[in-house]
Amino acid sequence: MSNLSLIVVLLILLALGYQLGMTRSRKVATVNPDLRMHSRPHHYGMMVGLWAVLPAFFILLLWLWLAPAVINSMMLAQLPVDVATLTADEVRVMSQRIGNLAGNFGVVADAEAWELAAAEHLRQLKTNSALVLTALMAVIAAAGMLYSLLRITPRLKARHQVERVVKALLVLCSTVAILTTIGIVLSMVGETMKFFSYIPPTEFFFGTTWNPRFSTVGVGEQGSFGLVPLLAGTAMIAGIAMLVAIPLGLMVAIYLAEYAPMKLRNTAKPVIEVLAGIPTIVYGFFALVTVGPFLRDLGAAIGLDINATSALTAGVVMGIMIIPFISSLSDDIITQVPKSMRDGSLGLGATKSETILKVVLPAALPGIVGAVLLAASRAIGETMIVVLAAGNSPALTANPFEAVSTVTVTIVNQLTGDNDFSSPQSLVAFALGLTLFVITLLLNVMALVIVRKYREQYE
Amino acid sequence: MTIIAENPIKAVAAPSQVQQKVIASLAKRHRTENLFRRLGLTAVLISLGLVAVLFINIFSKGLPAFWQSAITLEIYFDPAIIKIPPMPQQRVDESDNDFRQRHIEWQTEIGFVNFNRLITDSLQKVLPDAGKHRRDLARVVTSGERFALRDMVVADPSIIGQTRTLHLLTDANIDVWLKGNIDRSLPDAQQQLSPKMREWVDKLAADGVIQNRFSLALFMNPDSRSSLASAGLAGAFMGSFYMMLVVILLAVPMGVAAAIYLEEFAPRNRITDLVEVNINNLAAVPSIVFGLLGASVLIGWFNLPMSAPIVGGLVLSLMTLPTVIIATRSTLKAIPPSIRQAALGLGASKMQAIFHHVLPLAIPGILTGAILGVAQALGETAPLLLIGMKSFVASIPASPFEQASALPVQIYLWQGNELRNFFEARTSAAIIVLLLMMISLNGLAIWLRKKYEKRW
Repeated sequence: MSNLSLIVVLLILLALGYQLGMTRSRKVATVNPDLRMHSRPHHYGMMVGLWAVLPAFFILLLWLWLAPAVINSMMLAQLPVDVATLTADEVRVMSQRIGNLAGNFGVVADAEAWELAAAEHLRQLKTNSALVLTALMAVIAAAGMLYSLLRITPRLKARHQVERVVKALLVLCSTVAILTTIGIVLSMVGETMKFFSYIPPTEFFFGTTWNPRFSTVGVGEQGSFGLVPLLAGTAMIAGIAMLVAIPLGLMVAIYLAEYAPMKLRNTAKPVIEVLAGIPTIVYGFFALVTVGPFLRDLGAAIGLDINATSALTAGVVMGIMIIPFISSLSDDIITQVPKSMRDGSLGLGATKSETILKVVLPAALPGIVGAVLLAASRAIGETMIVVLAAGNSPALTANPFEAVSTVTVTIVNQLTGDNDFSSPQSLVAFALGLTLFVITLLLNVMALVIVRKYREQYE
Repeated sequence: MTIIAENPIKAVAAPSQVQQKVIASLAKRHRTENLFRRLGLTAVLISLGLVAVLFINIFSKGLPAFWQSAITLEIYFDPAIIKIPPMPQQRVDESDNDFRQRHIEWQTEIGFVNFNRLITDSLQKVLPDAGKHRRDLARVVTSGERFALRDMVVADPSIIGQTRTLHLLTDANIDVWLKGNIDRSLPDAQQQLSPKMREWVDKLAADGVIQNRFSLALFMNPDSRSSLASAGLAGAFMGSFYMMLVVILLAVPMGVAAAIYLEEFAPRNRITDLVEVNINNLAAVPSIVFGLLGASVLIGWFNLPMSAPIVGGLVLSLMTLPTVIIATRSTLKAIPPSIRQAALGLGASKMQAIFHHVLPLAIPGILTGAILGVAQALGETAPLLLIGMKSFVASIPASPFEQASALPVQIYLWQGNELRNFFEARTSAAIIVLLLMMISLNGLAIWLRKKYEKRW
């Protein structure tokens, strides 16, 4: 039986156990009319269902985890070739070949007789394993169900048992977020260490040329993996984006929070927030086919040589994308500034703009800085706009009208089309990813700390 | 403000030196005030204008691509050309496997039939001078349509010997020429069509044989590289659909469960604080980092298949999880403690109070958060590129474990196609489809919020 149908059977068992438990508890209640049942009938039902399903499910997980390795070694033990003399890689290739044969997939070159025999053996082992698993699960599920059914008495605290299981499930779910972070850090640190065994960290962090070559060139010919041009490109594009987004976003926030009539505010705010919901690939396409050529023609008209795909194009479009991040967050923060501060300033005879510039904004500054930092981290980690519109030329340049490359673009370039993760050309993507992760993490933590401090100040 | 500024002036007969200074500066200060206000308004208008430009640009480019040049032809399914044995029937003594084998052999035989002949024969009737230009003739209808004819025969062999009126898609270059997406005055060497072809196409278009028809191919077909005019979104759509299914089945329940624990049960201590900071951070981690996680852990360690929607769905689930958790927590926070206290006071356990009383009230908010999370996942591209979904897939995936593309990735692939003047419009059309899906998801979220929003 396939794993999916096993799970379906488990679900059916859950329902069955639930029904049986409920019926049984009702019967127990009628038999002992003078004793009050501790829990509601559905608690007993749920308890029986869980007893039937959970142990069997654990067996399934354990089996899925351990069985493939056990089966493989049993198959290898029967091989005529002396496995002990082979290297680990050769053994892996051989098991894969036999696995393909057993699964009726084709293999390169004709299969030899002993390979076919091994494949047949493997198939037999797999069938046996599935049979044993099914039988084991059936026995355990039946035992669990029977045990829990027989235990139902008025004194049994079924609700407590069920609630304990539910709570354990809730805890399990909330650890997933942490496991994700740990997974990100561990996997990237591991691969980065592997990368640093090819290229020394100093060369990576301080190198000023980026020319990784191709992994097919051979191990002797390592390209140069200098991070500096990529970081410079990232910083330039993010800088241009912030130059576009900060003035626009901040002015939008101020106008909507302080001046705009309710009606305009209620329509303009969601419309501008639409910009934050548009997929980045759409911005990338917009930059590539509309903004890029427009800027090039504009440049030609005033005598500037602007590339259609350049840091400027990507930066401007990214700035448009970031406007709502800054405007919404700043808007929230500006409206949080206590009214008494405004009233005080206005009462002293200041105009509204003077109040905003000299009282409200300074009071809101920490929060706004936080918003800007969050937006900056978004800009640095943004990928698709830059992939399409920045021109992908990893040269160190200070000219925003030229094509550049960024950390994110390079990750995409180095890791697509190649599923061999062992060459420095692929591994460098993880080193870049770790760099990116650390930079954005610092920005985010800084922003969160600032914003939180600010909230406490006025709450 | 003006009133405040003017009152003392009227009250005092002789203004002091300070007051005179204030009065003198008033005009300038009011000018600054006006300027500042206008600056704000301009910023709002610019931002709104940018939204408008973006949408108008995409829609004006993409809408025409929903209609595509199609040629109306009388196709005669000539038995002299389609020489195939009758479709095999399963015999009583035959095993399923043998029958399938025989059926495949039969289909292979059909594969050898020159269905293009059917099209060119029919074209010759509408183009009298076609005999001399056989190479051009074979290029009028896009190459994918011969497979459509084959599929018609496979589905219903009795069609052989009959004549059907069909609308067949023309070659992509013809579509470009008729829509005016190429400069007609360019010299022959730079034209995508031969002079003869251009003459034919103009004539056929004038006769109404070639017409602009609503393109079902865009929705029904998978991607194609050999027959560009019939490249469609169906494969990418199914890929996205499976991924969203995984996200809905994984990220939403897990996120809600995590939020319930953190908000209602977790003790307030250092560890919970750490979890909270961690979740907030995870929400702001660049999406491409999740792609790296998928590439190294899911594909590298767990050996899951490359390019499969299941892997994409898992990566997007991890990415959406913090969004769902944060939205659910804020909804739970907004539900007044009195509800919990009332339930607890009547003897409910904490679990009962939450699952029977708090959670039902929180469902609209949770749904809104979940929908917004799914919409965000739907538009994500970068992490999918890293787990191999960039590869060209010419079939519609039948399960989440098969190779597939996704809508945003399809947009990425199409914008890179060499036939720029055809695919710019088609890419925009794909973007419109994606945007409409996202807009309807967001609209649903707003509607839910408006309908069930409660102020406590």
